[in-house]
Amino acid sequence: MHSEPLNDRNVSEHSAYYYVDIEEYPTTGWDKFKQVVKRTFRGELFVGLWVVMREMIKFDIHTVKYPLEKLPIGPRYRAVHKLLRLWESGYERCIGCGLCEKICISDCIRMDTKIDENSRKEVTEYSINLGRCIFCGYCAEVCPELAIVHGQRYENGSEQRAHFVIKDDMLTPLDFLTSGQQAEYPGFGAITPNESVTKTPLAY
Amino acid sequence: MNEITITIDGKEVRTQEGEYILNAARANGIFIPAICYLTRCSPTLACRICLVEADGKQVYACNAKAKMGMDINTKTPVIEEEKRAIMEVYDVNHPLECGVCDQSGECELQNYTLEIGVDKQHYSIADTHKPAQDWGLIHYDPALCIMCERCITVCKDMIGDAALSTVARGSEPLDAAFKESMPKDAYAMWNKLNKSLIAPNAGDTLDCTNCGECTAVCPVGALVSSDYQYSSNAWEHTQIPATCAHCSAGCQISYDIKHTDIANPEAKIYRVKNEWNYVSLCGAGRYGYDFQNSNVTKNPVAFDAAIEAFKKADTIAFTSTITNEEAMILQRLKEKLGVKLINNEARVFKNFLDSYSAVSGQSLYSGNLKEVHESDFVVSIGTALKTDNPNARFAMNNALSMNKGAGLYFHPINDPVIEDMSKNLTQFNHAPMMEEAALYLMLDLFGDKTAMPSSTVDYLKSFHSLKTVTVEETVDEKVIETVIKKVLNEETGVEEEVSEEVTKTVKKKVSKEIEVDDNRLLDLLNAPTGFAETLRKYLAKKEKFSLMVGPDLYTHPNSANCARLVALIEKYTVFNVTMIPNLANTLGVALICDLDENAGEYTIGYNTAGDFTLSALGNGDLDMPSLNQQEGTLTSIDKRVNPTNVALSFGGYTLNDVASALGVSAALSVDYTVQLPVSAGFKAVEFDTLPNHYTNAGEEVRGYVLDTLKVPCGEDENVQAFDEKRAMTTSVVYLANPVLQFTPFTARAHQLNEEGGLYASNEFMSSNGLNSADNVRVKTPKGEIVVSVINDSKINGDITYLPTFDSKINSQALFGDYRFSNVTIEKV
Repeated sequence: MHSEPLNDRNVSEHSAYYYVDIEEYPTTGWDKFKQVVKRTFRGELFVGLWVVMREMIKFDIHTVKYPLEKLPIGPRYRAVHKLLRLWESGYERCIGCGLCEKICISDCIRMDTKIDENSRKEVTEYSINLGRCIFCGYCAEVCPELAIVHGQRYENGSEQRAHFVIKDDMLTPLDFLTSGQQAEYPGFGAITPNESVTKTPLAY
Repeated sequence: MNEITITIDGKEVRTQEGEYILNAARANGIFIPAICYLTRCSPTLACRICLVEADGKQVYACNAKAKMGMDINTKTPVIEEEKRAIMEVYDVNHPLECGVCDQSGECELQNYTLEIGVDKQHYSIADTHKPAQDWGLIHYDPALCIMCERCITVCKDMIGDAALSTVARGSEPLDAAFKESMPKDAYAMWNKLNKSLIAPNAGDTLDCTNCGECTAVCPVGALVSSDYQYSSNAWEHTQIPATCAHCSAGCQISYDIKHTDIANPEAKIYRVKNEWNYVSLCGAGRYGYDFQNSNVTKNPVAFDAAIEAFKKADTIAFTSTITNEEAMILQRLKEKLGVKLINNEARVFKNFLDSYSAVSGQSLYSGNLKEVHESDFVVSIGTALKTDNPNARFAMNNALSMNKGAGLYFHPINDPVIEDMSKNLTQFNHAPMMEEAALYLMLDLFGDKTAMPSSTVDYLKSFHSLKTVTVEETVDEKVIETVIKKVLNEETGVEEEVSEEVTKTVKKKVSKEIEVDDNRLLDLLNAPTGFAETLRKYLAKKEKFSLMVGPDLYTHPNSANCARLVALIEKYTVFNVTMIPNLANTLGVALICDLDENAGEYTIGYNTAGDFTLSALGNGDLDMPSLNQQEGTLTSIDKRVNPTNVALSFGGYTLNDVASALGVSAALSVDYTVQLPVSAGFKAVEFDTLPNHYTNAGEEVRGYVLDTLKVPCGEDENVQAFDEKRAMTTSVVYLANPVLQFTPFTARAHQLNEEGGLYASNEFMSSNGLNSADNVRVKTPKGEIVVSVINDSKINGDITYLPTFDSKINSQALFGDYRFSNVTIEKV
């Protein structure tokens, strides 16, 4: 490996960097007093206020009125996770294979599984520790069932870290599903057509 | 056996002549794929994937023996093609449910499919519906089964239950076109696979001793533990290398731990795993893992009370389910405080060992279970083998089935499990107290009479007499007959009758009176008729002899004499002797502690009753860590000091804390490992340096083996005669545990949780009109208790037994030292 790119830190007088012209700092008490008086009465505050008022009067505002308005975000945006359900039956898609848990590089996913009364593997609990999650998207990518996906909800201010990411919060509510509000995820991990996949022969 | 050199893929490899190529390769770090082969069991030849080319000829590495100078090639184009086709066949219709399968992540089908690089499927067949089956502790999903038959092989060759076999699969035959288009071995493998399925011999459910070894060897998720099913994924576990804490076999296990659940980060043991190629577990080891003393915090009040109690105490009573280090601490406490140490079961074993040493001149017995595995003639005396030490039973079965061996089993209780091991095994269901007769019989049959003490030889002679018996035998008799023949007279051309004398041999039955040797020892031991002849057949071509002796001898009223007889057997016969210590660390305790016979007035009980009790069972005055919460060493039947590690944390005080407060101080319990008495054969080795694993060659690299020391012994080799009148011929009860139980610790495990009672055979129950769960009063000369009757289908005959694992039943109070007692049993 060549070390030149690392050794050249690109900080020198000949480079694109230059020193900003900064006034000398006052040293004596009198000079400091003069600076304070000068800054206080120069009226710079009103410059800012004037700009705001000018723009208000123009009625040509480009500011997004957050939180009343929100910008659309890309399908590959990786915000707080969601657990999806199967469209046909409403069952949870998650089969508890544990691949997300295994692949998670910040080791923040945990799940509890057990055998249910139909002898199926049931995921009783699922949690993501958002204090550690780095939203890398590996879990969504590795999921063989498209069960864990990234949602679009990036507002995760809360009193508790555990909010948003326990199973009940993430799982699509049934009424949401029946009213067709569960969005299929086009982002990370979604199926892409791949010509290298061949159909397995079946003797039927 | 000779050491030879063979070449595998251009690499020179040294191995033993007659070793399988596969084992030679494995021992030398050369990878040959193999699915159906199990080390120590017979090659099954089901998977055919271990195909190699030896000297230009295709052979299966698992059953082809290495010969001097052999040149082996594991990767030819033909073989690669076969392997690829075999793996494709295994993947045909195999459900793609790895996501929920318990084996996922440690599945040999997954591994080999990736290893061989199966990326496309060429074969297909219509699937059949194969519903999953529940066999109690074991769950079988035939849809996942790849018919490697490892479960059948291990059950037959190692465990000895032979509870599984193949049944018809009920599938369509293979498409005939495949026969032409497919590689030959892959087709043959598929053809066999397509015809069979695994099923229990007993019908819908398993009739076996529930060791669960079939689930351990299953390469896929077909056979899994019902309890573990879907509870976790394999890769999430941290594996804690440990030594099983239940019996003296000291099997290497790993406790697989993980956090309890999302809300509780505390570790929990999910299952126990074993290196199934080199060690087989019994059900107690496999399912009895969660015996920990949980939710314990430091309780200073109880601790202070314990210190006060120790200051007041003159006796410490304890069991052998402790580590060597704890035993060392107890011994130091004895030296410091002058208390007595009471552990009856270890004391009788120690006395037995001492009496044995006095004659044999060595501090320890010479054999171990590995030698039993390698023997071809195995004898067991004085132990209920399958429950006292299941691994000893596996060793005996393995020797009988793999080495074309034969065996003798001396025990009052008839055991159908032992009976089913081999046709070449004879059970002697002698009366209790006749163990000495069995030992004398061994001397009589196998002893070198010219070297043995003459008094013993004379005594043995006194059992022999000449007996006249009438035998019928077939003899060839020559008979001269006159026959009339028609002969053509050549001169006259006329047929003439000529009489001629002909000698014929005719078989004729004659009864004859012959004098035969009559051995009264055989009668005393209830030998089956014609045993002398049977034994002659057994002994043909036998080379390696092993004798296992057990707790019935240690507790015997004449145990000292039994021990001396055992020493004589070792000295004057070809037998290698292994003694079966009763509990996990009986041998260690016997070697480390000076044990006393009689208790004093104020007793501290450690895991046993006392005026103040320290207990890892959660019912004492001060909580102690159980053996899966401690690090330390355990001394096994193989005379090996095996390390075990902390699987679960313990929040309370340990014995070392108590001892430290009493002035016997050490920072850690394992600081005592290096201090274990060298004079008893231990080595001054630090705990942290003790290894605990097996190598690829199957070598056991665990802890260290005790030194067998020379003990001064006199010339005195006299043994006492036994009194045949002491044979207990009336109704007796035995002190033993049922299959899957050893101590209160096994009964604490959630999968083995059960209540004890009086265990009786089907025969006993029907002849006494008893039903399961009936209450009976069991009365012995020492006392009486009322318990419920439990049916044990794994014993025969009239002798019942009481367990020691259920602490609610004070069974030991009903017995003297000896494991048998006269009894009256009446229904209440």
